Amino acid sequence: MKDILLEVKNLHANINGKEILKGINLTIRPGEVHAIMGPNGSGKSTLSSVLAGNPTFTVTEGEVDFHGVDLLSLSPEDRSHEGLFLSFQYPVEIPGVSMVNFMRAAINEKRKYFDQPALSASEFLKLMRQKREVVELDNKLASRSVNEGFSGGEKKRNEIFQMAMLEPRLSILDETDSGLDIDALRVVAGGVNKLKTADNATIVITHYQRLLDYIKPDFVHVLYKGRIVRTGGPELALELEEKGYDWIKQEIDNQ
Amino acid sequence: MSALKQYIDLYTQHRDAIHSRSPQLLNDLRDKALAALNGKRLPRKGEEGFEKTSINEMFAPDYGVNINRMNIPVNVAASFRCDVPNMSTWMSFIVNDKFYASSTARINMPEGVIVDSLENVAANQPHIIEAYLGKIAPLDNASVALNSLLVQDGIVVYVPRGVKLEKPLQLVNIFSSPIDLMVVRRMLIIVEDNAQAQLLVCDHTQDNEHRYLASQVVEIFMGENAQFDLYDIEESSAMTSRYSQLFARQQAGSNLLVNGMSLIAGTTRNDYDIEIDGDNCDTTLAGMAIGSGKQHVDNSSNVKHRSSHCRSNQLFKYVLDDESTGAFEGSILVAPGATYTEAYQNNRNLLASTSSRMHTKPQLIIYNDEVKCSHGATTGQLDQQALFYMRARGISEKEARLMLMQAFMADVIDTVRMEGLRDRLRHLVEKRFYGQQMLCADCGISCHDSKPE
Repeated sequence: MKDILLEVKNLHANINGKEILKGINLTIRPGEVHAIMGPNGSGKSTLSSVLAGNPTFTVTEGEVDFHGVDLLSLSPEDRSHEGLFLSFQYPVEIPGVSMVNFMRAAINEKRKYFDQPALSASEFLKLMRQKREVVELDNKLASRSVNEGFSGGEKKRNEIFQMAMLEPRLSILDETDSGLDIDALRVVAGGVNKLKTADNATIVITHYQRLLDYIKPDFVHVLYKGRIVRTGGPELALELEEKGYDWIKQEIDNQ
Repeated sequence: MSALKQYIDLYTQHRDAIHSRSPQLLNDLRDKALAALNGKRLPRKGEEGFEKTSINEMFAPDYGVNINRMNIPVNVAASFRCDVPNMSTWMSFIVNDKFYASSTARINMPEGVIVDSLENVAANQPHIIEAYLGKIAPLDNASVALNSLLVQDGIVVYVPRGVKLEKPLQLVNIFSSPIDLMVVRRMLIIVEDNAQAQLLVCDHTQDNEHRYLASQVVEIFMGENAQFDLYDIEESSAMTSRYSQLFARQQAGSNLLVNGMSLIAGTTRNDYDIEIDGDNCDTTLAGMAIGSGKQHVDNSSNVKHRSSHCRSNQLFKYVLDDESTGAFEGSILVAPGATYTEAYQNNRNLLASTSSRMHTKPQLIIYNDEVKCSHGATTGQLDQQALFYMRARGISEKEARLMLMQAFMADVIDTVRMEGLRDRLRHLVEKRFYGQQMLCADCGISCHDSKPE
């Protein structure tokens, strides 16, 4: 059995006093791809936000171990430095902040965290160039303000580009397929697959089986009412695609 | 005693001394101003148009006024080193109450262009002063009248018909005095038909020990199809106050850009009064204020459309931290005959601390139907989503906040029509937000090795 990369134990979280996560348990090992599926409002995006440290949510119970580090005690920026990456469902537009400055600040703060010297301008631009190719991100986009005026597909490519730049150990892709046409989906999924190694892992949050045709999961979890109610292999996703969520809802609600 | 009375008393007691050191034309203006001040008082906080700033209070302290126009010993050259080049300008200085041209200001200046002190022009080219000084800055405004009563020096820029200045003009206003000081200065700018010029003004204070007050009246006359840019950067000290009143009149087809940037100051009030008096004019009025400590910045604009097919755009942005306060009161007036006017006004403010305060009052007064006009004002905090997004990428909260605040000012800087200045401003704004002490040497706007002669 390989080392554990992420161990979530009995995680509870709420927003404005309303409990959304009601005891999540999840174990992820290096090299694995986990898909988290579930009906609307089941807590999928909340789980990703809580793991990334979004201050809007309050963790009320439970613990998260990230390769030996107590994840919940870290600021969002330190979680990033430690190798957690969240690809946002709705990437934020930041007018006036150029992609270059944004990425350079991100990379150099991470290097500072590990006592490494900042990259020189030419090293940094070279890195940008290399990583842009992973998702075929247009150079013009890289010179604009962060996500400003990007199409839905460009925003998602930009997320994967940032992931390539930061080389995370665990990536959470929050509905990366939403708003993508089939070509963009292929490019984005291709980017994710290129970045996959035996040492990193991916959590794919999605409504649809479609994305899982491109990013093959090792495990599929169904999240419902703030709990993981079922876990299986890739075949579970196919079953959900065919039968919907109602049968699981009924099973759980009747318990 | 009202603040105004102490200056009227000062003037009447020293009238002979003041007049003996000043050209006749300026003295004539003083006499008219004294008459106009009869029964007047300076605006107080809470009065209409001055809801958050008291001019009376600003002028109340007993500042020294250099009545006898003695030379104040200043070693400007020693402390004024701007060593980042990139922009080349024709440069002048007003050190306290006195105008100096630098050696660069006389080289290759086109024939007929005047860039000189108010005193010199009043003595040597009186027809210009007679034709323009005080013609659009009304003496029935008590603050204008007070400035006219005590005016010491200032700059006159005259660009004759058809002349396009290839290099920007620059004026550096410097406070440096061994005692608290009030300075009364004036800018008179005439850009004739089809002429073009750009003027960059920087206000600096060379110490943090003395209290300074600047009373400034600016008059801008633009001929047909003239183009003029005024960039006004205030980077003084927490002990420095300033009341600047700008009046501009545009003739047909002219294009005016005014961008006022209050980076560091104590209390600042800027009035912008722009009369658009000919068809097809363009007017851009932009401003930014970055407040920290107990700084107070108040901008008041009044753009008056009196002719058809003109466009005006106002954009004022404030970022207020600590206990700083800001005020903006802007109005657009579209007169009955000013059909096909396009006029916009936008005031956006960020409060970076819980004890900073912003007061904003946008107004639109429209007297005809053929217009496209809008105004808007927002005051809020940093975008929490953007902040989290940046932190999730590893950018610390502090750094992310600074980056967002800088980004907030980007569109004000984008109005600048001098590329080199845009870069410098980004740099200056960045430094300002990072709280680094701003020395002349860091500013790097363009001053090179220029110094007053």
